[in-house]
Amino acid sequence: MQYLKPQSIEEAADILSRNAGKARILAGGTDLLVQLKSGMIEPEMIVDIKHLDGMHDITEEDGGYRVGAAVPGIKLGQHAGVKALWPGVVEACELIGSTQIQGRCTMVGNLCNGGPAADSVPAMVAADATVRIAGPNGARDCAVFDVPTGPGKISLEPGEFVTSVFLPARPARASDAYLRFIPRTEMDIAVASAGVSLELGEDGTITAARVTLGAVGPKVMLVENAARAIIGTTLDDDAAEALAAACRDAASPIDDKRGTVEFRTQVAGVLAKRAARIAMTRAGEK
Amino acid sequence: MNFPAKTKRDFKVVGTRVARPDGVDKVTGRALYGADFSVPGMLVGRILRSPHAHARIRNIDASRAEALAGVKAVVTAADFGVPEDAALRDIQDNCMAREKALYHGHAVAAVAAKDAETAKAALKLIEVDYEVLPHVTDVDAAMAADAPVVQEGRADETVPEGSGPNVTMYTEFGHGDLEAGFAKADLVLERSFKTEATHQGYIEPHACLATLTGGRGELWCTTQGQYLVRELCAGILGMEASQLRVTASEIGGGFGGKTTVFIEPVALALSRKSGRPVKIVMTRSEIFCATGPTISSSMDVKIGITRDGRITAGEATLRYQGGAFPCETVSMGAQAAFAAYDLEAVRTYGWNALTNRPKEAAYRAPGAPVSIYAVESVVDELCQEFGLDPLEIRLRNAARDGTKASYGPTFDQIGLVATLEAAKAHPHYTAPLGENQGRGLSCGFWFNFGGNTCVSLNLNNDGTVGITEGNPDIGGSRASISMMAAEELGIPYDKVRTVITDTNSLGHNDVTDGSRVTFAVGLATIEAARAAIKVMCARVAKIWGIDEEAVVWEDGHAKPSGPNAGDFDPMSIEEIAAIASETGGPIAGHHEVNAEGAGVSFGVHLADVEVDPETGATKVVRYTVFQDAGKAVHPDYVEGQMQGGSVQGIGWALNEEYIYDEDGRLQNAGFLDYRIPVASDLPMIEPVILEIPNPGHPYGVRGVGETSIVPPLAALSNAVSRAAGIRLHELPMSPPKILKAMMSKG
Amino acid sequence: MKNIHVSTTVNGDELEFVCAPGETLLDSLRDRLGLKGAKEGCGTGDCGACTVEMNGEIVCSCLVLGAEAEGADLRTVEGMATGDKLHALQRIFIDEAALQCGICTPGILVAAQTLLERNPDPSESEIRYWLAGNLCRCTGYDKIVRAVQSAAAEMRGA
Repeated sequence: MQYLKPQSIEEAADILSRNAGKARILAGGTDLLVQLKSGMIEPEMIVDIKHLDGMHDITEEDGGYRVGAAVPGIKLGQHAGVKALWPGVVEACELIGSTQIQGRCTMVGNLCNGGPAADSVPAMVAADATVRIAGPNGARDCAVFDVPTGPGKISLEPGEFVTSVFLPARPARASDAYLRFIPRTEMDIAVASAGVSLELGEDGTITAARVTLGAVGPKVMLVENAARAIIGTTLDDDAAEALAAACRDAASPIDDKRGTVEFRTQVAGVLAKRAARIAMTRAGEK
Repeated sequence: MNFPAKTKRDFKVVGTRVARPDGVDKVTGRALYGADFSVPGMLVGRILRSPHAHARIRNIDASRAEALAGVKAVVTAADFGVPEDAALRDIQDNCMAREKALYHGHAVAAVAAKDAETAKAALKLIEVDYEVLPHVTDVDAAMAADAPVVQEGRADETVPEGSGPNVTMYTEFGHGDLEAGFAKADLVLERSFKTEATHQGYIEPHACLATLTGGRGELWCTTQGQYLVRELCAGILGMEASQLRVTASEIGGGFGGKTTVFIEPVALALSRKSGRPVKIVMTRSEIFCATGPTISSSMDVKIGITRDGRITAGEATLRYQGGAFPCETVSMGAQAAFAAYDLEAVRTYGWNALTNRPKEAAYRAPGAPVSIYAVESVVDELCQEFGLDPLEIRLRNAARDGTKASYGPTFDQIGLVATLEAAKAHPHYTAPLGENQGRGLSCGFWFNFGGNTCVSLNLNNDGTVGITEGNPDIGGSRASISMMAAEELGIPYDKVRTVITDTNSLGHNDVTDGSRVTFAVGLATIEAARAAIKVMCARVAKIWGIDEEAVVWEDGHAKPSGPNAGDFDPMSIEEIAAIASETGGPIAGHHEVNAEGAGVSFGVHLADVEVDPETGATKVVRYTVFQDAGKAVHPDYVEGQMQGGSVQGIGWALNEEYIYDEDGRLQNAGFLDYRIPVASDLPMIEPVILEIPNPGHPYGVRGVGETSIVPPLAALSNAVSRAAGIRLHELPMSPPKILKAMMSKG
Repeated sequence: MKNIHVSTTVNGDELEFVCAPGETLLDSLRDRLGLKGAKEGCGTGDCGACTVEMNGEIVCSCLVLGAEAEGADLRTVEGMATGDKLHALQRIFIDEAALQCGICTPGILVAAQTLLERNPDPSESEIRYWLAGNLCRCTGYDKIVRAVQSAAAEMRGA
């Protein structure tokens, strides 16, 4: 195995495209090293990209923020601007692993690992975030929602890799929240999770919403019926219950060592309801 | 000088909170644990493990592995003999499968190579031809007549005819007329329980470094007992004990799980074959798959009670599985189940069955947590039925001095009532509870052990003292041993240094288990100190020209016993040491004993939990532990045992479990999904130490290490039942189970 | 397989080592530099026994490649004491019996040191969540949390 440190994004893309299936990207490494050591993957080369230009940067762009692929969770959590604009995305990213993992893990890695229970992904999808993808044919942008395709699978072409996430601008009275359920208080993979992003009108009713679920399907789910259930309401109890019901209807989880179908379905609704209330409060306070 | 059998004494050192002698090494990273020791020319050993739960090994072809550059040795069961002793054979077969792989992760071959990469590559080149066999992992399924047969012919003479093929033992304890007892009850409840296996979860992996060349062996390993390791390894490798020296490293947690061997005989065999030192360090997944889990259980408990709270009879049937080899842990579960109660009629029955799971290893009070959980759950449910105060009912029925224990003996001085009274008087018991909160309590019990112990105490020329003992220090015992020596000698704690030695430097010492070290090594240390004091008094008597009996030892000085003995200035231990060569030579004391009189230990735990009504998540919000320590030698470390055991029990109650898939493969062989409690899961654990002296120890010490893991299981289940209005009869009480119960209740 | 030359700073000392491309920083520290204070408890980032500080953040050194230490500033448990003088955390961990077997202790001390440098007065809950990635199976965490609180108080006063 080789450890490579390309000097440019182009060089990295070149290495990746010439060694499709044999090279793996290293940024935070918190998933990659686990897979390497367990023998789950046996790449011929590791391509370290975190020293490349922009990978560690969080920059303002069109009223939103562009977050480099190597920005670890702890740095995102320290960024007042992102925290104010997308608190739900930040809290989701901060839930990945322990303090030690936070020092390394990245949202991009969390996304590209393709795990259905990845914490930052439902929050990013609720935020309608996009990623910028570098590749042999130059850069392209893609909705976060379209990156994962199933457990451990993503839609990137050979030679492509994600260089940043873009969290868009949003109106004044808008916010988001993310919640997950784990059996302990830390250190577990989400058994079910929910992200909610919403915007309030002048009268305090919800004018726009995106509701997402994690760990209850092969990939992150965008539950449009759940959003519809709360748009036009002030998230009264009936609306919150309708949102929860829509999430339960949408959830299609599996039974495994982390939870049962029944539990995941039920709790997905509970989490969506609770996350919506938090997002509502946050938006109202702005 | 004569030593009174029981001294009511004011302790000077015992009972204080001194700094442990190994502390600095352990906070600076200098302490050497199992994996921290290396020697030049060392090879790396790796083990190939069965991917199947149950499979006949038709053939192993290691030729390609042996041909790989850098591979120095490959061993399989063929490289070992077949010990005649069944228990030793089981231990060997657990280290390296012979004929059949009996569980997922069972070792089938091992490699020693120049480095880890080569060893890993070599494992892939070993071809094992398996015939996959039907398997069984559930205890009830394993008990059935038509269950897949794990091993033929392992039933012992206790097993009644007609039992299933996997049943290996049956046991029964109790006294009195059950039928008459149940007839006197106003209510008889019968409940069935199931509990999953848990793992000790020590953070330090099993690790060893073995050299065996020219018939002589050196073994460095992390263990709770270097002497047992020597005995087992010498037996398996066909060596005499004198030819194998075992040195225990610092041990990074054991909890019973390091009281046997897994990799040590394999490393020795690889070293013998390669002629080089071989180091093996287990991975965490190997640890979960192939070491130490507890039994899992299925249990029926029946208890009768009168309306005013007198328990009239108790009966329990326990079915345990301890993996693929015979296991007698159910016997301890059956003896412990009703130990906290003074009953006229009580009976427990225990069955063990083989399954395709790893061989059970001891874990803190082995067998007791689950049987007591079942009994304490039924007692609590009876209290709920009649609206009785659960603490009052325990007090009403508590075992006390003179109670004939359910397992046979009559209790001498025990601390259960005092412990219950302390819980009753504690503000926790009456503190208000919040919404969705409930309070539970449970009693706990452990026998405690003494056992074979050797201690050597040497007086240095400057009057300081060195102690050599043979039990690995798993949580501060160097400190407590030094303290007892200092106490007895009447010298400051920092004048004593205790070291733990290898197998060549002392006679046999039993394993650090059974909560025995502070009791038995402490006892031997006190006796060794007394032996040294006798020598010192004799030397001084000689100097003073008086009778030995006329010299007494006080506060580190030899003194005349009274005015009649003569008028001499006291001689300090330093003065005596300084002139030892002129009075007869070096001064030492030693003591060898198979210690008895360990003294049982009772505890009571109070737990407050909050259950999220929408998710079933349980949070422990307050926790108090009351336990009888006899005499707390080092209160910090007594508290530490109480707190640590409690948290292990909390993990057992809430989230820890072995999860097998339908192919019998372990699904959660890592700390990610085997969920031991993390810091943020817990409140402070308040310890309340009771001191009801154990008549079997000069200072009244009782073992404290194990009792604390017992009560949390029922304390939490009882608390959850009050918080959520549902009662589970199954552990762990993971959120899906609690939520399901709450939802079906509506 | 060609080894990689790495120049790095460990506890203030500029050091060099060679490592295999797939070798973890934990193995490099232990086997190349002889710093055995960081322990491998799981190898998957779940136990925190291998915690070291890298460029100001605590990391699981089992999830970092040795090669990634090039140019890095590392701190390990071996660097906490000054000569014979223990760091307040080390001393108080001994005084308050915050360790039993001691295998998790180096990782916890490193993590706690970083916490207290960043937050001199953490709440109990902040300590518990900061240390949630450091498993301890012996103590039930009670005395660990208290020792960190005591050290914080002493360091604030100093």
